[in-house]
Amino acid sequence: MRIITGNDLRTGAVVWWTGSGWSRFVDDAIDAGDAAEEIMAREEAARRVNVPYVCEASRDAQGHVRPAHIKDRVRALGPTVRRDLAVPTAARTGWDWVI
Amino acid sequence: MYRYDHYDQAMVEARVAEFRDQTRRRLEGKLTEEQFKPLRLMNGLYLQLHAYMLRVAIPYGTLSSRQLEMLATIADKYDRGYGHFTTRQNIQFNWIRLEDAPDALADLATVEMHAIQTSGNCIRNISCDHFAGAAADEIADPRPYAELLRQWSSFHPEFSYLPRKFKIAVIASERDRAAMRLHDIGIRLVTRGGALGAQFYVGGGMGRTPMIAPLIRDFVPIDQFITYAEAVLRVYNRYGRRDNKYKARIKILVHELGAEAFRREVEAEFAHLIEVGVEPPRAELERIKAHFADPPFAEGPTTIDAGDPAFARWVERNTHAHRHPAYVSAIISLKPAGGIPGDASAAQMRLVAELARQYSFDEVRVMHTQNLLLPHVAKADLPALWQALARAGLASANIDTIEDIIACPGLDYCSLANARSIPLAQRLSERFAATGRSAVLGELKLKISGCINACGHHHAGHIGILGVDKKGRENYQLSLGGSEAEDVSLARITGPGFDEDGVIAAVEKATEVYLAERKEGERFLDTYRRIGMEPFKEAIYGG
Repeated sequence: MRIITGNDLRTGAVVWWTGSGWSRFVDDAIDAGDAAEEIMAREEAARRVNVPYVCEASRDAQGHVRPAHIKDRVRALGPTVRRDLAVPTAARTGWDWVI
Repeated sequence: MYRYDHYDQAMVEARVAEFRDQTRRRLEGKLTEEQFKPLRLMNGLYLQLHAYMLRVAIPYGTLSSRQLEMLATIADKYDRGYGHFTTRQNIQFNWIRLEDAPDALADLATVEMHAIQTSGNCIRNISCDHFAGAAADEIADPRPYAELLRQWSSFHPEFSYLPRKFKIAVIASERDRAAMRLHDIGIRLVTRGGALGAQFYVGGGMGRTPMIAPLIRDFVPIDQFITYAEAVLRVYNRYGRRDNKYKARIKILVHELGAEAFRREVEAEFAHLIEVGVEPPRAELERIKAHFADPPFAEGPTTIDAGDPAFARWVERNTHAHRHPAYVSAIISLKPAGGIPGDASAAQMRLVAELARQYSFDEVRVMHTQNLLLPHVAKADLPALWQALARAGLASANIDTIEDIIACPGLDYCSLANARSIPLAQRLSERFAATGRSAVLGELKLKISGCINACGHHHAGHIGILGVDKKGRENYQLSLGGSEAEDVSLARITGPGFDEDGVIAAVEKATEVYLAERKEGERFLDTYRRIGMEPFKEAIYGG
């Protein structure tokens, strides 16, 4: 699946496109398919997201969305060395999910 | 230490107001990200993996207690309660909100600090020997010269859009504690015939093409050293490549022209600039120097009662000779076993600020090795200082050991990184601390970078580790034999890379070779240089 991510303009927080808005949780990401470029242009112009981009991902048997690249998995959960600062979804996926 | 005059303060406050307006326009949609990005970067605000990151300059690594307390306030008020001290004596805050950034900069300005020129293709924070003004072996205090360079390079209109970023380090002793020859310009203060002057090394650097800076001028009279720096920058600005980011640093220019041809260009420009007269008035240097007068050192015991073995170990590893016999410089390790190199919580910053006020004339230094330092501690006060540090978990006696690892933020924070650095540093320091092996190994500098940009100085590690991306997985290249000290050298790669467990095992094997082969008094680096790479390769890859 092609999911869209970026950073919230005001806060810088990592966000994922849900189909109707932006979520902090990667599991909320949807497959944007061929509409990704159009969505990114529209959302960036509206200042709802900063520097969006598309990344490849898959949904596992438990329903978790897993970006293909480790960099995006680190972005999805937070620094692996400060688990106290992690995005709450980390509890659902476990840290082995990142590596 | 230096205090802003009204010009310094006015410039910083004007920049805060300007950035506040730029930020407002960005949030209102009057500036696109493409337009805003260079403006925020000029103010040290990056967009990293998880959030905006603010890099604050700490000129030549010197802080007052009040300034360190403000950094703690920034950490609590605008970030998540901690900061990360970098390999260029700066501090980074990892979780700054864009809408808060102008307020954070305004707070910093109240204590004479800013984030100007901590990014972009300009002259960055001037770094310095962290023992400046205290070291027993320096010929002069390099800080006034670093401060003059700071003032000259701040908002210098000609050097605001260089081909690439530009880093300068200043030292004043034979020992190099600032990786001087791995900077774009490395300046060593020297005397010739009783006169003070500056040696200029130009064209060093790490990154994807590491180079050791050659000597370009053995002696520039001290009242011409800014002019010489200007000449170097002018030649670079004129001939440095702007067509290829990877060939744009001055080291490439010096390498491609050759040191001798480069020197001729600089000398011609220098002769021209002498005629023009760009050197700041001597009175300005004297004004700056007055800010760096000695604190009121008191006579006291010149020996240390190190009866307690744990205290004795800390004194041996974490203190450094001071030019006053009743004082030492005391290093506060930010490398607890299993900890994150260079990270300090707001509470730790406040404690160090208070200890500096109590024991070190209100002064703290940030080391490029990602530790903190109290430069002037009376020997009589050392036990009390050590006890206070120990109570706060800040008394790790491990400076320059394999536990004192330099590590960049790596893939845990940095958008440029290919692999994580910090977890490796944590596992290695924990492992060597637990076995007691680090004390046996003695001086062994291990440095880890999470990408080819080499912020973790892996090229200059006795043992260096570089994280790379191998088909989407983290992979680590091991290298041996680097040094950023006066015996500067670049490390060589051992061979094929490893996964995380593999590189840890390889480091362990390298240390075993050293222990088996070392002669009396040899450090790891000395043994490597004597026996060469082969025995290490054999141990690491042989079976």
